[in-house]
Amino acid sequence: MKTAGLLRRLPLHLIVIGVCLLWLIPALGLLISSVRPPRLVSSTGWWTALLPPFHFAVENYVEVLNAYGMKRSFLNSLFIAIPSTVIPIIVAAYAAYALSWMRFWGREALFTVIVAALVVPLQMTLIPVLRLLNGLGLSGTFPAVWLAHTAYGLPFAIYLLRNFIGGLPRDLFEAAHIDGAGPLLVFFRLILPLSVPSVASLAIFQFLWVWNDLLVALVYVGGTPSVAPMTVAVSNLVNSLGQNWQLLTAAAFLSMLLPLIVFLVLQRYFVRGILAGAIKG
Amino acid sequence: MSGTVLTALLVVVGIPALQVGYAILIETLLRLLPPQQQWRLRPWLWLAPALLLLVTFLIYPAVNTLALSLLGPDSRVFVGVRNYVAAFTSPEMLIAFRNNLLWLVLFTTLTVVFGLLLAVLTDRVRYEALAKSVLFLPMAISFVASGVIWKFVYEFRPLGLPQIGLLNATLMRLIPDFQPIAWLVHPLFNNAALIMVAVWVWTGFCLVILSAGLKGIPAEILEAARVDGATEWQLFRYVIVPSLAPTITVVATTMVIYALKAFDVVYVMTNGNFNTEVIANRMYKEMFNVRDFGQASALAVILFAATVPVMVANIRRFRQQEALR
Repeated sequence: MKTAGLLRRLPLHLIVIGVCLLWLIPALGLLISSVRPPRLVSSTGWWTALLPPFHFAVENYVEVLNAYGMKRSFLNSLFIAIPSTVIPIIVAAYAAYALSWMRFWGREALFTVIVAALVVPLQMTLIPVLRLLNGLGLSGTFPAVWLAHTAYGLPFAIYLLRNFIGGLPRDLFEAAHIDGAGPLLVFFRLILPLSVPSVASLAIFQFLWVWNDLLVALVYVGGTPSVAPMTVAVSNLVNSLGQNWQLLTAAAFLSMLLPLIVFLVLQRYFVRGILAGAIKG
Repeated sequence: MSGTVLTALLVVVGIPALQVGYAILIETLLRLLPPQQQWRLRPWLWLAPALLLLVTFLIYPAVNTLALSLLGPDSRVFVGVRNYVAAFTSPEMLIAFRNNLLWLVLFTTLTVVFGLLLAVLTDRVRYEALAKSVLFLPMAISFVASGVIWKFVYEFRPLGLPQIGLLNATLMRLIPDFQPIAWLVHPLFNNAALIMVAVWVWTGFCLVILSAGLKGIPAEILEAARVDGATEWQLFRYVIVPSLAPTITVVATTMVIYALKAFDVVYVMTNGNFNTEVIANRMYKEMFNVRDFGQASALAVILFAATVPVMVANIRRFRQQEALR
């Protein structure tokens, strides 16, 4: 009986495991190629490295980090992604507080505009914003991308936080009001501590989004290697290195390293963020 | 180097401190006003940083782009709808439109169908969490990295040379007399090859959302259908799919938006060569290579117009949600 059940369920397991392998193998090829000697990468398939004799080397990483400036662009990605995550969350939290617990004329209309802004293609803003940043002398600098990512991340951040903060029980706010707590105290002592889970989701989401962004970086700091992040650096290498797969794979893997760690450690929050607001522009 | 570290510290500590300082400042100032005024002003002061950023970087630029699309390359002369006429008649643009349509249909269908099937299948195995993590993993990495991963899978060497690309090597092993194919160049396969990369990335997203929806279907309903003798397929077709319809709509509209805005994959893997152009990449080229800001703006507006139906649907759904609150 038990074997019959297992046999009947065999196709199910084969499909699920097969699809999982299909999803993993391309990435595995990248990882393995990045630690193979150049001569072997260009002459044999990466899968041959799985069988002895084993030839592995870290020289590709040394080379892309030093000779191809990946060390610089890794730091740039950090300098871009951290402020571009922190700034919009605080700005959005203030706005979400006002939108959920303060009464004012035009509140519904304003939130509708924010829902609409969720899907507006960034392309609609690139040229005027680039001109503005040029005018301010900011294009090609870190503040340019911080400001752009902050603004572009705001609709989603406000949407997510408003839904959460607006869903907090009214009694809490009434009790705080009776105790004489002003808005400052309400925000920093009540709303912020209670919002930690959704702020965490949002932070991971925004961090990964900014870290993985190509378009915004390309347009506002693409021409400045001393500021450009890893996505821009790797896409330039794809053009300049062409067939040097051992270097391309090493550079690409470096750019994936931090997001993968963030994802594996904080997956729960990431998934929660995605479920909370399935529409990101 | 130490200079940048210092700047970084200043930014990471300084900017949040400034932001907190802003809240303290506005509340201190508000306290100087009579209560009536306080109530009127307070929301706008808490909203001000967000509004300032949204207006400067999103709303004003969008309106400006609309105006620029009616002007010449350097935005000096009024040219009417010439940029739009050019967009809808030039051969390169028509290819881009065709490809975006292909993206829209293939990408949306495949991600949603795979996501739905995998949600149902993974629901039945004990290692569901692990399987979902694996399938979701590509969502964490950039399209640039995904582009490199898949460019390597699609790598082509002429017949006789060792194939180091996984796809050609596998097919040559499986099919006798198989001629290796340059997947990113061949007109029959290259668009599909690009779309598959995006499907690899986004299926996990659809899976996670649809899987959450699936868990929301009451077990009694499924049990009742099984007791009534429904086959697993009937269960899927007549119970699961209709129950998930709202979730499927949300997921599908998100995929539609992505299909319209597809850029990174194309930029990294082919840069629109060999007839793989898409609107967003064309717009980037008009902006930086041709330097025709009027034409680039017109393309942005066309892209925007294509997203309007989704925007309207989102607003409508949001209004319904609000009514239920």
